[in-house]
Amino acid sequence: MRRVPFYAAVIAISIAFLAPVISFMINAFAYRWFYPQLVPKEWSLQAWVRLKLIPRPGDRTLESFIDLWTGVPDVISALWLSLAIGTLVTGTSVIIGLPAARALGLYRFRGKKIVEFMIIAPTIVPPIAFSLGLNINFIRWDMALMNAGIPIDLAGSVFGVSLVHLVPVMPYVVLTLSGVFANYDADYEAQARSLGAPPWRIFWDVTLPAILPGLFVAALFAFLVSWSQYLLTFLIGQGRVVTLPALLFSAAGSGNNAMIAAISLVFIAPAILILLVTSRYLSGESSAAGGFGRV
Amino acid sequence: MKWERIRIAVMLAPTLLVISILFFGSLLYGFLQSLGYNPNIGATDINFDAYLRVMFSEEFSGRFWSGLTLSLWVAFCSTFVSAAIAIFVALLLRRTFFGKKLAVFFFQLNLPIPHLVIAVGMIMLFSQSGLVSRMLGELGLVTSPRDFPALTKDAYGIGIILAYIWKEVAFFGIIVLAILQSLGEDYEAVAQSLGANRWQRFRTVTLPLIMPGLMSASIIVFAFTFGSYEVPRILGVGYPKMLPVMSLDFFLNPDLNARAEGMALSMIIAFIVLVLIFIYMYITARTVRKD
Repeated sequence: MRRVPFYAAVIAISIAFLAPVISFMINAFAYRWFYPQLVPKEWSLQAWVRLKLIPRPGDRTLESFIDLWTGVPDVISALWLSLAIGTLVTGTSVIIGLPAARALGLYRFRGKKIVEFMIIAPTIVPPIAFSLGLNINFIRWDMALMNAGIPIDLAGSVFGVSLVHLVPVMPYVVLTLSGVFANYDADYEAQARSLGAPPWRIFWDVTLPAILPGLFVAALFAFLVSWSQYLLTFLIGQGRVVTLPALLFSAAGSGNNAMIAAISLVFIAPAILILLVTSRYLSGESSAAGGFGRV
Repeated sequence: MKWERIRIAVMLAPTLLVISILFFGSLLYGFLQSLGYNPNIGATDINFDAYLRVMFSEEFSGRFWSGLTLSLWVAFCSTFVSAAIAIFVALLLRRTFFGKKLAVFFFQLNLPIPHLVIAVGMIMLFSQSGLVSRMLGELGLVTSPRDFPALTKDAYGIGIILAYIWKEVAFFGIIVLAILQSLGEDYEAVAQSLGANRWQRFRTVTLPLIMPGLMSASIIVFAFTFGSYEVPRILGVGYPKMLPVMSLDFFLNPDLNARAEGMALSMIIAFIVLVLIFIYMYITARTVRKD
């Protein structure tokens, strides 16, 4: 019937959606790409060599790869740091958020609306509005800690940055998990208890298996929100905590499109992987989808 | 009963503590500093000087009002255009066809990609020697990069709007597509049997059904595009500057007096966003009651 125009529209739209990723793929491997060539006549790995991710041509043995990577090039160290912060933030937010999500999902209590509002607030208020005050607070608290003889730095440290990533991450973890608990039947726990199971066994054998899929999705969203933070990392890390977004941001000013594109590809690879894993959980109804709005 | 209340309080405490100290505490401290309260330099009296200076002084008022206009313009265009495109694409993709899964995956592809990366991608697509300019060159419509209009780093925020469109179409799209698929096409089929044409069906059946979801998504997108920093920092110009960029520039100014202005600006941004949300809540509450 009208199949052909329909498919033409779908393909055109798909190409438009893919355009940013396509542009990274071309730019990252283009060499002497003169205007107005649409597709480069020469391709090269030069940007990857300059980023020290791939050895020089003629020396691409396994050993030289290992040599290069064990030297921890900037991109790799930023990648590790982003992964480490993301994992730490995800773990912490789940541990802190799980009981709160349970309380919100299973119980009705006075002041529930206020509690919900407090937890949602960080997703509504623009980050700039609290991150400036936070920056000064951290410096003040650092001084107080130093005077108290506790040598912990919040400002400019990985610890401090991980701590503040909790602010944009917590709302999504708690909201996603409270949705899970709203459909959870706590009577199974009572049955296990009546059979004499200790609390940790009840959690491990009854609660956890029931909430695991939701927990998994919440954790991936938490990771993604932390993974893409730039402003908070920059303000609290004071330029000393160089995560992948921070590295990309400083490269963005360089004008070297091949290198910018290569870093971008490294940066988006885990994000697309997470989309592949979670896409079947995505629906407009779940609050988890809102998490993407902040990425 | 009393025990249960204590239990609930204990379960909520860690989350509320983190959010109260890091978020509300910082917001409050930022607000105090915007009022000129800064005990470190011996300033303890409270006034609205920073706000007045930012909005009305000869030095800053031009920058402020042009920045506010740009911010509203960018947020409005990004929200409206993204929503329109997302509805169109979602209507296209909701039917069953060969390759649907792949098409929906592409539709969602930009969802997990950070705004920062999309902003960088816009430079590669829409700068004067970018991919789009080359495409037009290939077609013979453009002969040199200078013939292509400056769409990134332009005074009208076109590049910023384009970046937001790429991101938010995916965000709106997933919400609209989910609503459409959960509704099915029965209502429209009824309207069709009653003689409604394609536009009438969309206008009187489909649109009202997706409107609630669309409105709340719009508010999220508007608030985000109005108040976020990364995209306008990468794709914006020195004048006019969107408010979040201006706020951070004030804040990072070596002159510590400019800090209060930066804080005041960030509070103004938050205030505008909150007012918009309250207006939205008021309107939805009223329309719901009418129904």
